[in-house]
Amino acid sequence: MGIAGTGPTLEEAFSQAARAMFGIMVEVDQVRPQKQVSVECQANDVAELFVEWLNALLAEADIHRMALARFRVDSLSDYHLVGCAWGEPLDTQRHHPKIEVKAATYAMLFVGSEKGRYVARCVVDL
Amino acid sequence: MELRKLKRQKEYQWIIPQTGDMIVPGQIFASQQLIEEMDEKVYEQVTNVACLPGLQRFSIAMPDAHWGYGFPIGGVAAFDPQEGGVVSVGGVGFDVNCGVRTLKTGMVWEDIKPHLRSIIDTLFSIVPAGVGSRGEISLSSSQIQEVLTKGAQWVVSRGYGTHEDLDFTEDRGMVSGADPSAVSEVALRRERRQVGTLGSGNHYLEIQRVDEIYNPEVAQKFGLAVDDVVVTIHCGSRALGHQVGTDYLKSLAAASRKYGIPIRERELVCAPINSPEGRQYLSAVNCAINYAFANRQVITHLVRLGFEKVLPKVEIHMLYDIGHNTCKVERHQIDGQSKEVYVHRKGATRAFGASRENIPSAYRGVGQPVIVGGTMGTASYILVGTEYGEQVAFASVCHGAGRRMSRKKAKKTWRGDRLVRELEAKGIYVRGHSFAGLAEEAPGAYKDVSEVIEAIHNAGLASKVARLQPMGCIKG
Repeated sequence: MGIAGTGPTLEEAFSQAARAMFGIMVEVDQVRPQKQVSVECQANDVAELFVEWLNALLAEADIHRMALARFRVDSLSDYHLVGCAWGEPLDTQRHHPKIEVKAATYAMLFVGSEKGRYVARCVVDL
Repeated sequence: MELRKLKRQKEYQWIIPQTGDMIVPGQIFASQQLIEEMDEKVYEQVTNVACLPGLQRFSIAMPDAHWGYGFPIGGVAAFDPQEGGVVSVGGVGFDVNCGVRTLKTGMVWEDIKPHLRSIIDTLFSIVPAGVGSRGEISLSSSQIQEVLTKGAQWVVSRGYGTHEDLDFTEDRGMVSGADPSAVSEVALRRERRQVGTLGSGNHYLEIQRVDEIYNPEVAQKFGLAVDDVVVTIHCGSRALGHQVGTDYLKSLAAASRKYGIPIRERELVCAPINSPEGRQYLSAVNCAINYAFANRQVITHLVRLGFEKVLPKVEIHMLYDIGHNTCKVERHQIDGQSKEVYVHRKGATRAFGASRENIPSAYRGVGQPVIVGGTMGTASYILVGTEYGEQVAFASVCHGAGRRMSRKKAKKTWRGDRLVRELEAKGIYVRGHSFAGLAEEAPGAYKDVSEVIEAIHNAGLASKVARLQPMGCIKG
């Protein structure tokens, strides 16, 4: 399944894409931003960095058994990202988990600008 | 897919001629109708794979081939390390050793029918499934190391199964060359309490009835007869396997550049098998393969516990356990020579023929059972590997039906709760953890598995043995 995020900045596009990805797994509108997790990742270029960001969030959510719904990228270069996400422990009654995202992949990977806005998109494996 | 780009070699065997950067031709096994229904991306991905160094004979696609990550799902490619052959994340996937295990109950449908709901409800409560599910088994650090190196063999040594279970598992439930140091700390942390869990999506546990036998002689060897009841488990290596895939995306991307490997798409990131990066990735894959074997072995134990609660006299025995997202080291005859090659099967299943030694002794002279799962509410099939499949497809067949509709469209087309009622009206009892997930798995969202099976059978890659109809199903 394809996911995408857009925004006035690349950081915002990354954040929106992350929310789109978690929206596949849970009802993100029902997830309360109570607890923060931090993410730091490195890659060979900004497109790979986008995939690293998404996969790092999947790992954090899994390790802490959380649903994540709000995302922020604090620092972004071509090779290094620092960011965070907020969510709460996974609640099957409120969050209605649907399907696990196994991984963000390099399929249909694009990070750049289109029509004056920044876009970050890829296919995630379900 | 446009037929004019292919050359028909036999009725179910099509060649994509070698052109441009391709080092071998492509080969697709399918009926004309299935080819016409295939998305064009399959052609593109088969030809992209055909450009990779060290590829032997053909870049192969199965009748259920569809758009994958680098490799088509339903893709098979064998590489010779002596010729610069590579290993690719796209050829293994993010659910390493996702596979299928079928268990025989020794009971017939008339005996199980009155207890079906009770059995399914019991198994639904015992076998963890769905997003975020965790099991009861918490592995210590040293125990995880054992699972990653010894797979199902460790699980059996702890009392969760029998040696017979191992005899009837591919590779006896354990591949060698698994070095846990190749698996990241993140993967180990994600593993916590996931061994013995089903997962979600298209993973399932089904109670099935044998409703047709196509090959009585082989069916007898497999211990199958009409009206027999079997249990089939479909799941993989869970988050540990996913993390192995994601961990090595970046590493193999760097390796592709470092070794100057001509990949047409970024998703085909790979490394030479004989390189530190390639060896490390393969080692991690082997760990994940073992983890998946262990997972299905624990679930087998839970199935036995579940049946014991409802029908204590039932004895569960293995038919076979196969994987369909793997890279395995195998010997194959290539141009008159016996060569050791690394066979990627992405959404494809190994199907060894009768003369192979590494199939259970009970099946030697017959061939390896192949289990091809249908979708929720549709038939599954048991086939047997053939010598012809060994010759033309590196002993490989399809793994399922393949999607024909996106998950998004399926969710818009069907409602999970209605699907459950429709299936119940047909006599199939379904328990699921997510109605949204059920809608995405609607039978109509997938190709017709019987067409795929006919293509495999008529292409000679494997022979039909039996058909299984779902009677009860647990979805994650």
